[in-house]
Amino acid sequence: MATTSLTTETGGFEVRRLWTDERSRAIIFQLLVVLGLALFIAFIVSNTIANLQRAGLASGFGFLTEPAFFDINQRLIQYTSESTFGRALIVGLLNTILVSSLGIVAATLLGFSAGVMRLSQNWILSRLVTAYVEMTRNVPVLLQIIFWWSILTELPKVRDSLSLGGAFILNNRGVRMPSPVLEPGFGWVFGAFIVGAIATFLVAKWAKRRQDETGQTFPMLWVGLVLIIGLPVVVHFILGQPLAWDMPERMRFNYRGGFNITPELIALWFALSTYTGAFISENVRAGIMAVSKGQSEAAFALGLRPNQTMRMIIIPQAMRVIIPPLTSQFLNLTKNSSLAIAIGYQDLVSIGGTILNQSGQALEVVAIWMGVYLSLSLLMSGYMNWYNKRIALVER
Amino acid sequence: MKYTAITSAAVVAAAMWIAGGTVGGAHAATLDDVKSAGELKCGINTGLPGFAFTDDKGNWIGFDVAYCRALAAAVLGNPDKVKYVNLTGKNRFPALASGEIDVLSRNTTWTFSRDVDLGFTFVGVSYYDGQGFLGRTALGIKSAKELDGASVCIQTGTTTELNLADFFRANNMKYEPVPIETNEEARKAYVAERCDVYTTDASGLAATKTTFPDADNHMVFPEIISKEPLGPLVRQGDDRWADVARWTLNVLINAEELGLTQANVAKMAIKGKNPEINRMLGSEGSLGEKLGLSNTWAVDIIKAGGNYSEIFERYLGKNTALGLARGQNALYKDGGILYAPPIR
Repeated sequence: MATTSLTTETGGFEVRRLWTDERSRAIIFQLLVVLGLALFIAFIVSNTIANLQRAGLASGFGFLTEPAFFDINQRLIQYTSESTFGRALIVGLLNTILVSSLGIVAATLLGFSAGVMRLSQNWILSRLVTAYVEMTRNVPVLLQIIFWWSILTELPKVRDSLSLGGAFILNNRGVRMPSPVLEPGFGWVFGAFIVGAIATFLVAKWAKRRQDETGQTFPMLWVGLVLIIGLPVVVHFILGQPLAWDMPERMRFNYRGGFNITPELIALWFALSTYTGAFISENVRAGIMAVSKGQSEAAFALGLRPNQTMRMIIIPQAMRVIIPPLTSQFLNLTKNSSLAIAIGYQDLVSIGGTILNQSGQALEVVAIWMGVYLSLSLLMSGYMNWYNKRIALVER
Repeated sequence: MKYTAITSAAVVAAAMWIAGGTVGGAHAATLDDVKSAGELKCGINTGLPGFAFTDDKGNWIGFDVAYCRALAAAVLGNPDKVKYVNLTGKNRFPALASGEIDVLSRNTTWTFSRDVDLGFTFVGVSYYDGQGFLGRTALGIKSAKELDGASVCIQTGTTTELNLADFFRANNMKYEPVPIETNEEARKAYVAERCDVYTTDASGLAATKTTFPDADNHMVFPEIISKEPLGPLVRQGDDRWADVARWTLNVLINAEELGLTQANVAKMAIKGKNPEINRMLGSEGSLGEKLGLSNTWAVDIIKAGGNYSEIFERYLGKNTALGLARGQNALYKDGGILYAPPIR
């Protein structure tokens, strides 16, 4: 920055003008704000470090390699009480990702159907959807989570479990179902599935080209189903069924074996998807209404049926309006999943909280929480932005 | 100027920093802070019958609360000058470390890592406890060793969670942990039969059992799977304050041993024949002043809620809903392990 004496009369730089000139004054203010902010952050950091040292607390992430000594009920990867804090956090992160992905899929399906149904000509249907939307989005999601959990824990007790052929067991400790046990030879069945999927992809490409050229349609749905599901099933039976099922078995306290979905997961999933689904349905409704009426009239004039009009004309155009707010809803759902702690679903925040308490590393655990949610959100919005760009209107 | 608010906040913060002070966190002189605030900030449970609960007027009472009142009486001469902060198993330690409370009296187990790693000082043991299991009699089992495959409700962020994992691992049994945030929620989950048994300190189980309408259909299993010495704690590094907290507890125990009660302490405070009592109650010497308190500190403590035995019987003893026996918590001369160093 230029330095100068207080007054230079030969029309050069004047200190006084720094203040009277609007532009330089704005710069000075901004510099002051930045400086103040920097000092403020420096103060907070140094204050925290000083207080931590005074309290004699060690900092750093070394604690992540120490054994956790507590158990977790829902584990997507191998975990015992002898595993490390770091591994416990990964188990929590996977549980967060599990419930968020389940929630996003269900909320999207629910939201799209509800959005379309609300615009339906059918009076009862549209009113029912209106009632659903207004009821769920106007009640705090935490209450809804607790509501669903309370309902699920009032299901029949273990001794009165509802059973479907001994394979599916429903009680207030969740839904238990047979889990597949892979035996040698199952690799071929899986291989058949891959082959079926690739074949479907190729046939779909060919069918599209043929339709573009000749206008003839092809029953793609049926062919795809046969290839993707039929082929592996046939291979499965040819190889003599190399897949066994681990069936639930009644023990003294609980059922054992098979695969159990806890009421905590179900309650959280229901609550998050119905809550977010209501918001998404409003986005979808807005998107559809934003498409000019002339588009559907033109489609009808060309002889397209209503569901074809919706699928091929309206929705693709509506997506441009729907996607940006949809991204926010996905992010909200992921962040709201941290309310899991209210009902004891062991997600990242719940397990992190336990670790915080057992190790006393509060700042580190909070930093990990923030880092993980930030990364998840950025990844998701990065993907959605890419998708949005891809479907955006190409202006010529 | 729209930046004014941010700017001024930043400038104020910067000024504080430049002035060389740090704010918040652990103050070195808690005793002076409490005296100048005229109020003791005491961390207690969010609600546990017997230990910290509300009476019909909404005042906090209980075994843990009584210690807060005794400490306030010692420091401020008035047991009512307490601000209670209700804390869960999870947020109690950050609250103490950050200085939100001056002392934590919330059925907290004294362990190595809490004493050493977390930077706290336990000032003594006010209740010798151990972890047990509460289950329905209809389960038809007699021992916790038959719990293979059970679902177990636990409060998160407690030593219970760790003992539970150790117990099942040591006995080569499987279980489904159902972690819950507060005692109240855990109780609800147990009542709804979301879990087969509820585990926490045996005193807590007795307390929880009293709240069931069908208390007779539930039993506490005989196994005690851990040592849980419960006691008050303060931040490490303030020895003067730790001394005040420690000797307040010791006064309560010594008072029982010497037969000093809420009713007779005023009379006993007049110089009598027993030099031990005279020293403690301040009619001889100046022990209270050496601690930075008034010389009648012990009289104030005992006046607040009586001696250890009176407090125990009032909130936990035979005539309460909990109906706990003194057991290990009897004085050493009565067959227990309660033993306080002498006040001299």
